[in-house]
Amino acid sequence: MASHHNELSYDSKIEGDVVVSRLDAVINWIRTNSVWPMPMGLACCAIELMGSGGSRFDIARFGAEVMRFSPRQADCMIVSGTVTYKMAPQVRRLYDQMPAPKWVIAMGACASSGGMYRSYATLQGVDRILPVDVYLSGCPPRPEALLDALVKLQQKIRREPAASRLFRA
Amino acid sequence: MPATHDLAAALARKFPQVAPRASTDWPAFNIPADQALTALQWLRDEAGFDMLTDLTAIDWSAAASPRFTVVWHLTSTSRFDCVRIAAACADDTSPSMPSAIALWPSANWHEREAYDMFGIAFPGHPDLRRILMWDGYPYHPLRKEFPLAGLDAPLPDAEVAEETGARVQAAPYMGGPFVATPGESAGVAEPCGRDQSWSEGKEKPAP
Repeated sequence: MASHHNELSYDSKIEGDVVVSRLDAVINWIRTNSVWPMPMGLACCAIELMGSGGSRFDIARFGAEVMRFSPRQADCMIVSGTVTYKMAPQVRRLYDQMPAPKWVIAMGACASSGGMYRSYATLQGVDRILPVDVYLSGCPPRPEALLDALVKLQQKIRREPAASRLFRA
Repeated sequence: MPATHDLAAALARKFPQVAPRASTDWPAFNIPADQALTALQWLRDEAGFDMLTDLTAIDWSAAASPRFTVVWHLTSTSRFDCVRIAAACADDTSPSMPSAIALWPSANWHEREAYDMFGIAFPGHPDLRRILMWDGYPYHPLRKEFPLAGLDAPLPDAEVAEETGARVQAAPYMGGPFVATPGESAGVAEPCGRDQSWSEGKEKPAP
Protein backbone atom coordinates (compact mmCIF):
# COMPACT_ATOMS: atom_id res chain seq x y z
CA MET A 1 0.00 0.00 0.00
CA ALA A 2 1.43 3.35 -0.98
CA SER A 3 1.97 5.71 1.92
CA HIS A 4 0.86 9.32 1.61
CA HIS A 5 3.09 10.39 4.51
CA ASN A 6 5.99 11.11 2.19
CA GLU A 7 7.16 14.49 3.50
CA LEU A 8 10.51 13.07 4.49
CA SER A 9 11.26 11.58 1.09
CA TYR A 10 12.25 13.32 -2.10
CA ASP A 11 9.48 15.59 -3.36
CA SER A 12 9.88 16.83 -6.92
CA LYS A 13 7.24 19.55 -6.36
CA ILE A 14 9.37 21.17 -3.65
CA GLU A 15 12.94 20.42 -4.77
CA GLY A 16 12.54 20.36 -8.53
CA ASP A 17 14.87 18.08 -10.49
CA VAL A 18 17.83 18.61 -8.19
CA VAL A 19 19.14 16.30 -5.51
CA VAL A 20 22.04 17.45 -3.37
CA SER A 21 24.35 14.76 -2.08
CA ARG A 22 27.99 13.78 -1.84
CA LEU A 23 29.55 12.37 -5.02
CA ASP A 24 31.03 9.48 -3.02
CA ALA A 25 27.59 8.58 -1.75
CA VAL A 26 26.05 8.64 -5.22
CA ILE A 27 28.80 6.65 -6.93
CA ASN A 28 29.03 4.12 -4.12
CA TRP A 29 25.23 3.79 -4.04
CA ILE A 30 25.26 2.92 -7.74
CA ARG A 31 28.21 0.52 -7.48
CA THR A 32 26.91 -1.14 -4.34
CA ASN A 33 23.61 -2.12 -5.85
CA SER A 34 24.80 -3.15 -9.29
CA VAL A 35 27.68 -5.53 -8.67
CA TRP A 36 28.10 -7.60 -11.81
CA PRO A 37 29.79 -10.84 -10.78
CA MET A 38 32.15 -12.85 -12.92
CA PRO A 39 31.52 -16.48 -11.91
CA MET A 40 34.99 -18.03 -11.78
CA GLY A 41 33.52 -21.48 -11.16
CA LEU A 42 36.29 -24.03 -10.66
CA ALA A 43 34.80 -26.72 -8.41
CA CYS A 44 31.83 -27.63 -6.22
CA CYS A 45 31.56 -24.07 -4.81
CA ALA A 46 30.33 -23.09 -8.25
CA ILE A 47 27.25 -25.27 -7.67
CA GLU A 48 26.43 -23.24 -4.57
CA LEU A 49 27.08 -20.09 -6.58
CA MET A 50 24.50 -21.28 -9.11
CA GLY A 51 22.15 -22.05 -6.22
CA SER A 52 22.43 -18.48 -4.98
CA GLY A 53 21.49 -17.31 -8.46
CA GLY A 54 18.30 -19.41 -8.43
CA SER A 55 14.90 -18.33 -7.18
CA ARG A 56 15.19 -19.81 -3.67
CA PHE A 57 18.16 -17.67 -2.59
CA ASP A 58 17.92 -15.10 -5.38
CA ILE A 59 21.08 -13.03 -5.46
CA ALA A 60 19.05 -10.53 -7.51
CA ARG A 61 17.68 -9.17 -4.21
CA PHE A 62 21.12 -7.61 -3.74
CA GLY A 63 21.50 -6.40 -7.31
CA ALA A 64 24.15 -8.96 -8.25
CA GLU A 65 22.20 -11.30 -10.49
CA VAL A 66 23.90 -10.21 -13.71
CA MET A 67 26.49 -12.97 -13.99
CA ARG A 68 28.77 -12.00 -16.84
CA PHE A 69 30.82 -14.70 -18.45
CA SER A 70 33.00 -12.10 -20.12
CA PRO A 71 35.45 -10.46 -17.72
CA ARG A 72 35.14 -7.20 -19.67
CA GLN A 73 31.57 -6.78 -18.47
CA ALA A 74 32.09 -7.79 -14.84
CA ASP A 75 33.39 -6.00 -11.77
CA CYS A 76 33.40 -8.70 -9.08
CA MET A 77 35.19 -11.97 -9.59
CA ILE A 78 33.76 -14.75 -7.40
CA VAL A 79 36.54 -17.34 -7.29
CA SER A 80 34.45 -20.39 -6.41
CA GLY A 81 36.54 -23.52 -6.25
CA THR A 82 39.99 -25.05 -6.20
CA VAL A 83 42.59 -22.99 -8.03
CA THR A 84 45.20 -25.34 -9.43
CA TYR A 85 48.60 -24.07 -10.45
CA LYS A 86 47.70 -24.96 -14.02
CA MET A 87 44.59 -22.75 -13.88
CA ALA A 88 46.11 -19.92 -11.81
CA PRO A 89 47.58 -17.89 -14.73
CA GLN A 90 44.24 -17.98 -16.54
CA VAL A 91 42.43 -16.74 -13.42
CA ARG A 92 44.90 -13.88 -13.18
CA ARG A 93 44.52 -13.05 -16.89
CA LEU A 94 40.73 -12.95 -16.57
CA TYR A 95 41.10 -10.66 -13.57
CA ASP A 96 43.41 -8.39 -15.56
CA GLN A 97 40.77 -8.11 -18.29
CA MET A 98 38.09 -6.84 -15.88
CA PRO A 99 37.61 -3.06 -15.95
CA ALA A 100 38.31 -1.15 -12.72
CA PRO A 101 36.87 -0.72 -10.15
CA LYS A 102 36.87 -4.45 -9.46
CA TRP A 103 36.56 -6.68 -6.45
CA VAL A 104 37.29 -10.32 -5.63
CA ILE A 105 35.41 -12.73 -3.38
CA ALA A 106 37.41 -15.86 -2.49
CA MET A 107 34.55 -18.31 -2.05
CA GLY A 108 35.20 -21.39 0.08
CA ALA A 109 38.17 -22.99 1.76
CA CYS A 110 40.05 -23.83 -1.45
CA ALA A 111 40.02 -20.36 -2.95
CA SER A 112 40.84 -18.83 0.44
CA SER A 113 43.67 -21.10 1.55
CA GLY A 114 44.01 -24.16 -0.68
CA GLY A 115 41.56 -25.91 1.63
CA MET A 116 42.01 -29.64 1.99
CA TYR A 117 44.20 -29.74 -1.11
CA ARG A 118 47.56 -29.42 0.55
CA SER A 119 49.28 -30.88 -2.45
CA TYR A 120 51.71 -30.18 -5.24
CA ALA A 121 48.99 -29.22 -7.72
CA THR A 122 46.96 -26.60 -5.83
CA LEU A 123 47.59 -22.91 -5.35
CA GLN A 124 47.44 -22.34 -1.58
CA GLY A 125 44.98 -19.45 -1.68
CA VAL A 126 43.99 -17.29 -4.62
CA ASP A 127 45.34 -14.27 -2.72
CA ARG A 128 48.78 -15.29 -3.94
CA ILE A 129 47.83 -14.00 -7.39
CA LEU A 130 44.82 -11.69 -6.82
CA PRO A 131 43.92 -8.96 -4.29
CA VAL A 132 41.02 -10.55 -2.39
CA ASP A 133 38.36 -8.32 -0.78
CA VAL A 134 36.20 -10.89 1.02
CA TYR A 135 37.19 -14.39 2.20
CA LEU A 136 34.28 -16.74 2.62
CA SER A 137 34.65 -19.86 4.78
CA GLY A 138 32.91 -23.16 4.11
CA CYS A 139 33.46 -26.30 2.10
CA PRO A 140 31.42 -25.42 0.16
CA PRO A 141 29.69 -22.41 1.75
CA ARG A 142 25.91 -22.38 1.57
CA PRO A 143 24.23 -19.77 -0.67
CA GLU A 144 23.25 -17.73 2.41
CA ALA A 145 26.96 -17.46 3.22
CA LEU A 146 27.70 -16.19 -0.27
CA LEU A 147 24.92 -13.61 0.08
CA ASP A 148 26.47 -12.58 3.41
CA ALA A 149 29.83 -12.20 1.67
CA LEU A 150 28.18 -10.07 -0.98
CA VAL A 151 26.60 -7.84 1.69
CA LYS A 152 30.01 -7.55 3.36
CA LEU A 153 31.48 -6.54 0.01
CA GLN A 154 28.72 -3.97 -0.45
CA GLN A 155 29.56 -2.50 2.96
CA LYS A 156 33.16 -2.26 1.82
CA ILE A 157 32.19 -0.60 -1.46
CA ARG A 158 30.08 1.97 0.44
CA ARG A 159 33.16 3.11 2.37
CA GLU A 160 35.35 3.65 -0.68
CA PRO A 161 36.58 7.15 -1.61
CA ALA A 162 35.10 6.66 -5.05
CA ALA A 163 35.05 10.31 -6.19
CA SER A 164 38.68 11.06 -5.38
CA ARG A 165 39.73 7.89 -7.17
CA LEU A 166 37.57 8.84 -10.13
CA PHE A 167 39.42 12.12 -10.69
CA ARG A 168 42.86 10.95 -9.66
CA ALA A 169 43.53 8.93 -12.77
CA MET B 1 36.35 -68.81 -25.89
CA PRO B 2 38.45 -69.96 -22.91
CA ALA B 3 36.90 -69.76 -19.46
CA THR B 4 38.86 -68.04 -16.70
CA HIS B 5 40.57 -71.16 -15.40
CA ASP B 6 41.95 -72.20 -18.78
CA LEU B 7 43.03 -68.66 -19.64
CA ALA B 8 46.16 -69.19 -17.55
CA ALA B 9 46.91 -72.47 -19.32
CA ALA B 10 46.29 -71.03 -22.79
CA LEU B 11 48.40 -67.98 -22.02
CA ALA B 12 51.20 -70.13 -20.62
CA ARG B 13 51.10 -72.36 -23.72
CA LYS B 14 51.37 -69.37 -26.03
CA PHE B 15 53.84 -67.34 -23.93
CA PRO B 16 56.03 -69.61 -21.80
CA GLN B 17 57.57 -66.72 -19.87
CA VAL B 18 54.22 -65.62 -18.42
CA ALA B 19 54.09 -65.94 -14.63
CA PRO B 20 51.00 -65.71 -12.43
CA ARG B 21 50.78 -62.57 -10.33
CA ALA B 22 49.30 -62.22 -6.84
CA SER B 23 45.75 -60.95 -7.07
CA THR B 24 42.69 -60.92 -4.83
CA ASP B 25 40.09 -60.49 -7.55
CA TRP B 26 40.78 -61.12 -11.23
CA PRO B 27 43.45 -63.41 -12.72
CA ALA B 28 46.69 -61.49 -13.11
CA PHE B 29 49.89 -62.25 -14.97
CA ASN B 30 53.42 -60.91 -15.19
CA ILE B 31 54.80 -60.66 -18.70
CA PRO B 32 58.28 -59.60 -19.89
CA ALA B 33 58.17 -56.11 -21.38
CA ASP B 34 59.29 -57.19 -24.85
CA GLN B 35 56.38 -59.68 -25.12
CA ALA B 36 53.77 -57.38 -23.58
CA LEU B 37 52.29 -56.07 -26.82
CA THR B 38 52.05 -59.46 -28.54
CA ALA B 39 50.46 -60.94 -25.42
CA LEU B 40 47.96 -58.07 -25.23
CA GLN B 41 47.13 -58.53 -28.89
CA TRP B 42 46.60 -62.26 -28.32
CA LEU B 43 44.32 -61.50 -25.36
CA ARG B 44 42.33 -59.07 -27.48
CA ASP B 45 42.04 -61.17 -30.64
CA GLU B 46 42.04 -64.75 -29.35
CA ALA B 47 40.79 -64.49 -25.77
CA GLY B 48 38.07 -61.89 -26.36
CA PHE B 49 39.34 -59.11 -24.07
CA ASP B 50 38.09 -56.34 -26.32
CA MET B 51 38.15 -53.43 -23.87
CA LEU B 52 41.07 -51.74 -22.09
CA THR B 53 39.51 -50.47 -18.85
CA ASP B 54 42.65 -49.12 -17.24
CA LEU B 55 46.30 -48.61 -17.89
CA THR B 56 48.44 -47.45 -15.02
CA ALA B 57 51.88 -47.80 -13.52
CA ILE B 58 53.57 -48.61 -10.22
CA ASP B 59 56.73 -47.05 -8.81
CA TRP B 60 58.15 -49.64 -6.39
CA SER B 61 60.73 -47.21 -4.90
CA ALA B 62 63.80 -45.30 -5.95
CA ALA B 63 65.99 -48.16 -4.75
CA ALA B 64 64.04 -51.03 -6.35
CA SER B 65 65.00 -52.64 -9.61
CA PRO B 66 63.03 -53.09 -11.80
CA ARG B 67 61.58 -49.86 -10.48
CA PHE B 68 58.55 -49.21 -12.71
CA THR B 69 55.77 -51.63 -13.65
CA VAL B 70 53.06 -50.89 -16.21
CA VAL B 71 49.67 -52.51 -15.56
CA TRP B 72 46.88 -53.13 -18.08
CA HIS B 73 43.33 -54.01 -17.01
CA LEU B 74 41.39 -55.78 -19.75
CA THR B 75 37.69 -56.56 -19.87
CA SER B 76 35.70 -58.87 -22.09
CA THR B 77 32.41 -57.18 -22.90
CA SER B 78 30.90 -60.51 -24.03
CA ARG B 79 31.91 -62.66 -21.03
CA PHE B 80 32.04 -59.85 -18.42
CA ASP B 81 35.44 -61.15 -17.44
CA CYS B 82 38.56 -59.23 -16.53
CA VAL B 83 42.29 -59.87 -16.52
CA ARG B 84 45.23 -57.88 -15.26
CA ILE B 85 48.57 -57.85 -17.09
CA ALA B 86 51.74 -56.33 -15.64
CA ALA B 87 55.13 -55.77 -17.22
CA ALA B 88 58.23 -54.32 -15.59
CA CYS B 89 60.06 -51.55 -17.44
CA ALA B 90 63.62 -52.56 -18.27
CA ASP B 91 65.27 -49.19 -17.64
CA ASP B 92 65.00 -47.72 -14.12
CA THR B 93 66.20 -44.20 -14.95
CA SER B 94 64.36 -43.53 -18.24
CA PRO B 95 61.59 -46.18 -18.26
CA SER B 96 59.65 -46.94 -21.40
CA MET B 97 56.96 -49.36 -22.56
CA PRO B 98 55.56 -49.89 -26.07
CA SER B 99 52.30 -48.02 -26.65
CA ALA B 100 49.05 -50.02 -26.77
CA ILE B 101 47.20 -47.41 -28.84
CA ALA B 102 47.27 -49.61 -31.94
CA LEU B 103 45.32 -52.24 -29.97
CA TRP B 104 42.95 -49.99 -27.98
CA PRO B 105 42.62 -46.27 -28.83
CA SER B 106 41.50 -45.71 -25.22
CA ALA B 107 45.12 -46.24 -24.17
CA ASN B 108 45.90 -42.74 -25.43
CA TRP B 109 45.00 -40.67 -22.37
CA HIS B 110 45.98 -43.42 -19.91
CA GLU B 111 49.48 -43.49 -21.36
CA ARG B 112 49.68 -39.71 -21.25
CA GLU B 113 48.72 -39.85 -17.57
CA ALA B 114 51.32 -42.52 -16.81
CA TYR B 115 53.87 -40.40 -18.65
CA ASP B 116 52.83 -37.29 -16.71
CA MET B 117 52.79 -38.89 -13.26
CA PHE B 118 55.63 -41.43 -13.55
CA GLY B 119 57.73 -40.27 -16.51
CA ILE B 120 57.30 -43.53 -18.38
CA ALA B 121 57.72 -43.01 -22.13
CA PHE B 122 55.45 -44.91 -24.52
CA PRO B 123 57.19 -45.27 -27.91
CA GLY B 124 54.53 -45.38 -30.63
CA HIS B 125 52.25 -42.88 -28.88
CA PRO B 126 51.24 -40.18 -31.41
CA ASP B 127 50.97 -37.31 -28.93
CA LEU B 128 52.82 -38.02 -25.69
CA ARG B 129 52.26 -34.79 -23.77
CA ARG B 130 51.47 -34.24 -20.11
CA ILE B 131 47.77 -34.54 -19.44
CA LEU B 132 47.29 -33.21 -15.88
CA MET B 133 50.29 -31.06 -15.07
CA TRP B 134 51.32 -28.37 -17.51
CA ASP B 135 53.96 -28.66 -20.22
CA GLY B 136 57.32 -27.77 -18.76
CA TYR B 137 56.57 -28.94 -15.20
CA PRO B 138 59.92 -30.34 -14.09
CA TYR B 139 58.78 -33.31 -11.97
CA HIS B 140 56.72 -36.49 -12.14
CA PRO B 141 54.50 -36.23 -9.05
CA LEU B 142 53.64 -39.90 -8.40
CA ARG B 143 57.25 -41.02 -8.25
CA LYS B 144 58.19 -42.16 -4.78
CA GLU B 145 60.87 -39.54 -4.22
CA PHE B 146 58.40 -36.71 -4.92
CA PRO B 147 56.92 -35.32 -1.67
CA LEU B 148 53.13 -34.92 -1.55
CA ALA B 149 53.52 -31.27 -0.55
CA GLY B 150 55.25 -30.60 -3.85
CA LEU B 151 58.51 -28.96 -4.81
CA ASP B 152 59.44 -25.44 -5.80
CA ALA B 153 58.89 -24.68 -9.50
CA PRO B 154 58.02 -21.67 -11.65
CA LEU B 155 54.38 -20.90 -12.52
CA PRO B 156 53.28 -22.16 -15.97
CA ASP B 157 52.90 -18.60 -17.26
CA ALA B 158 56.09 -16.50 -17.04
CA GLU B 159 54.25 -13.20 -17.55
CA VAL B 160 51.80 -13.81 -14.71
CA ALA B 161 54.61 -15.17 -12.54
CA GLU B 162 56.55 -11.94 -13.04
CA GLU B 163 53.53 -9.74 -12.35
CA THR B 164 52.36 -11.53 -9.22
CA GLY B 165 55.64 -12.90 -7.92
CA ALA B 166 53.87 -16.23 -7.31
CA ARG B 167 55.63 -19.56 -7.61
CA VAL B 168 54.71 -23.20 -7.28
CA GLN B 169 55.65 -23.82 -3.66
CA ALA B 170 55.52 -26.77 -1.33
CA ALA B 171 52.10 -26.76 0.36
CA PRO B 172 52.12 -26.06 4.12
CA TYR B 173 51.38 -29.15 6.21
CA MET B 174 51.22 -27.65 9.66
CA GLY B 175 47.80 -26.29 10.57
CA GLY B 176 45.06 -26.44 7.98
CA PRO B 177 41.34 -27.09 8.04
CA PHE B 178 41.37 -30.61 9.42
CA VAL B 179 43.61 -30.20 12.43
CA ALA B 180 41.76 -31.85 15.29
CA THR B 181 43.60 -30.42 18.29
CA PRO B 182 45.70 -27.27 18.39
CA GLY B 183 49.32 -28.20 18.89
CA GLU B 184 48.86 -31.73 17.63
CA SER B 185 51.42 -32.88 15.10
CA ALA B 186 50.23 -32.64 11.52
CA GLY B 187 51.32 -36.22 10.96
CA VAL B 188 48.59 -37.32 13.35
CA ALA B 189 45.94 -34.71 12.65
CA GLU B 190 45.88 -34.75 8.85
CA PRO B 191 45.89 -37.95 6.80
CA CYS B 192 48.03 -36.41 4.09
CA GLY B 193 50.30 -35.13 6.81
CA ARG B 194 51.49 -38.69 7.45
CA ASP B 195 53.89 -38.11 4.60
CA GLN B 196 56.45 -36.30 6.70
CA SER B 197 59.12 -36.33 4.01
CA TRP B 198 58.73 -32.59 4.20
CA SER B 199 56.87 -30.15 6.43
CA GLU B 200 57.69 -26.79 7.99
CA GLY B 201 58.98 -28.59 11.02
CA LYS B 202 61.67 -30.39 9.04
CA GLU B 203 64.37 -29.52 6.61
CA LYS B 204 63.19 -29.56 2.98
CA PRO B 205 64.89 -32.34 1.00
CA ALA B 206 66.87 -31.51 -2.10
CA PRO B 207 64.92 -32.53 -5.24
